Amino acid sequence: MNPIFQGLITIVVGVGGCVGYFYFANLILDRFIFPAKGPEAGRNINRANQVRPWLFLFPAMFALSLYLVYPVFGSFIRSLYNRAGTEFIGFGNYLNLFGDSAFQTAFFNNFLWVLVVPAMATFLGLLVAQLTDRLAWGNIAKSLIFMPMAISFVGASLIWRFVYAADPDIGIINAIRVYFGAEALDPLQVPFWNNFFLMVILIWIQTGFAMVILSAALRGIPEETVEAAIIDGANPFQVFFRIKVPQIMGTIVVVWTTITILVLKVFDIVYAMTGGNFDTEILPSYMMDFMFRDDGRATAVAFVIMIVVLPVMIWNIVQARKEMR
Amino acid sequence: MDNIAGTKSSLTWAVNITVFLLVVIWLIPTVGLLVSSFRDREQIGVSAWWESIFPVEQSFRARAEGEVMQEGDLWVIEGNVFAASEVVEQFPDEANRPPISAFGLTGRDPGGFTAGEEAENRDNGTTIVNGDGSFVFTTNENPEEEGFPRIYFVAETPPDFDLENYDTVLGGAGMAQAFINTLTVTIPATVIPILIAAFAAYALAWMDFPGRALLIAAVVALLVVPLQLALVPLLRLHQQVGIGQSFVGIWLAHTGFGLPLAIYLLRNYMVGLPRDIIESAKVDGATDFQIFVKIILPLSFPALASFAIFQFLWTWNDLLVAKVFLPASDESWVMTVRIADDLLGSRGGDWGILAAAAFVSIAVPLIVFFTMQRYLVRGLLAGSVK
Repeated sequence: MNPIFQGLITIVVGVGGCVGYFYFANLILDRFIFPAKGPEAGRNINRANQVRPWLFLFPAMFALSLYLVYPVFGSFIRSLYNRAGTEFIGFGNYLNLFGDSAFQTAFFNNFLWVLVVPAMATFLGLLVAQLTDRLAWGNIAKSLIFMPMAISFVGASLIWRFVYAADPDIGIINAIRVYFGAEALDPLQVPFWNNFFLMVILIWIQTGFAMVILSAALRGIPEETVEAAIIDGANPFQVFFRIKVPQIMGTIVVVWTTITILVLKVFDIVYAMTGGNFDTEILPSYMMDFMFRDDGRATAVAFVIMIVVLPVMIWNIVQARKEMR
Repeated sequence: MDNIAGTKSSLTWAVNITVFLLVVIWLIPTVGLLVSSFRDREQIGVSAWWESIFPVEQSFRARAEGEVMQEGDLWVIEGNVFAASEVVEQFPDEANRPPISAFGLTGRDPGGFTAGEEAENRDNGTTIVNGDGSFVFTTNENPEEEGFPRIYFVAETPPDFDLENYDTVLGGAGMAQAFINTLTVTIPATVIPILIAAFAAYALAWMDFPGRALLIAAVVALLVVPLQLALVPLLRLHQQVGIGQSFVGIWLAHTGFGLPLAIYLLRNYMVGLPRDIIESAKVDGATDFQIFVKIILPLSFPALASFAIFQFLWTWNDLLVAKVFLPASDESWVMTVRIADDLLGSRGGDWGILAAAAFVSIAVPLIVFFTMQRYLVRGLLAGSVK
């Protein structure tokens, strides 16, 4: 069957099915199981109202448990088995991983990514948010810096391949190098530093995200605090660092952690730029090397990523619960 | 706010210039891609995109075709290089031929001699190519038997922008099929989670039941679960239930992966809706279902729109899920996979093609982005700050 028709049918079936499910489940609940009439009308209404939330929640809970909760356990169990999935080998896959020098490189590189990308993106985002705050054309500037958010990681990688190309007639970096008399080189093959050249791509994408959120936070600062500081003779830098930044610290942390989580998931950039060569591997791309070939190893790497993410997850939950109270 | 105390004009200038520079730096890579995608393949190899509005010194290869006369042991060919069959298509207009600056006899050194200079060739003869393209080639081999000899020349050609790269990309490189596949993946994967999430978000926001707080915490926790964990177990599950690697599989996967954010965003928005409206509707005898359909859904339109944009961008731009849950055959490749797994390898050096392919894949997200930026920003804000 043609995938487009299949897609259309799926939309109709999916949407129709959802609407039908919610509508008829409600109808059956109110009319047949706990009808709001007869001698027990009052009690029935109450009982129906106790069941209804679960009717509304059921499809979402089902999908969430199947697609996100089950895999956490499924992956962990699978990671305890060997390549073919036939033999239980305990933590053998994990021991193999930690003994593998490629894994160590990936882990170290990932550590660098987590250190550099969130910090740079947040810093640049804050800078742009502050600078454009009072600018007549600030919104246009923000919109343009925000634009890379819409571009796929693969698209962004291609865009930056043009920037990094070794041929000075293609790559602007090498054109500048040659203009100043240096020799053209392939930035992606420079040991150690090539990691940072790859990080630039993600920073380029994520700065807009940080900027949008921090800019809204800056707008939310009570004007009186800023005015009071200015009247007291604070210079613009003091106003920014002593008055504004402390007040939006909570938002900065949120932005920082959000980008950190993203860094731990993105494999596209490394995959499309270097394919993990020249010691640029990170955990997600290292995992993809084993995907389809050694499920035991692949799930073990995925679970390592999960463990790294865990503290952020707990912190998020604590924050969310605090907000709800 | 321009007249606020403490604003100095010198500082304003510095701010303007800094922001301008940042914007330029941010735009350069994309502009380079866009310009390159319209450039002629030969010109990309010779001049950089930032020089593309200037004429290019480009070298051409032709055969010295012309009138042949015999002079003693030697044959003399006279003619015009622009009229040679290999290049005549590029210079159709006789009055508009560019001046030739140099010519050569080997492909390694196509501009070894300046125009008008007499060069000694391998065949014991001489070659002269003049600025207007006319040439005299003497050789000891009969061109009517051996074929006309090779000749190279360098001429300034005007900038050449056209849609040829896009033609190639959409036709031969298979991006048209990939575009349709991406669309096929994206639309159901955007529409279906919205509906499921909206009901769940309403229940979490406005219905009272035991365990609600726990469920909300669970949704927050699931927001950060790495997708990588889901790949192996779910693919196996899909294979066991007979879905395997297919469009149905990827729709389900995207639906599951998109739900935490959808529920979180929509719940945060719905909680903020005025309590009075909902309570007065209840007093008037509306059921939860009616309240949801007639009051909550219309009022939540901004949040629904912002999630829809998120999910659309995310599924459109996704590479990981498509690589794992779609069949690894080229008729079901989406654009990201087509670029990353095929074009980067097979057309790695063909910059014009790569640029056009990238631009085809980012055009739709960019349009969505610029037309619906308001909703996107609102969604981002609802998702991370309250």
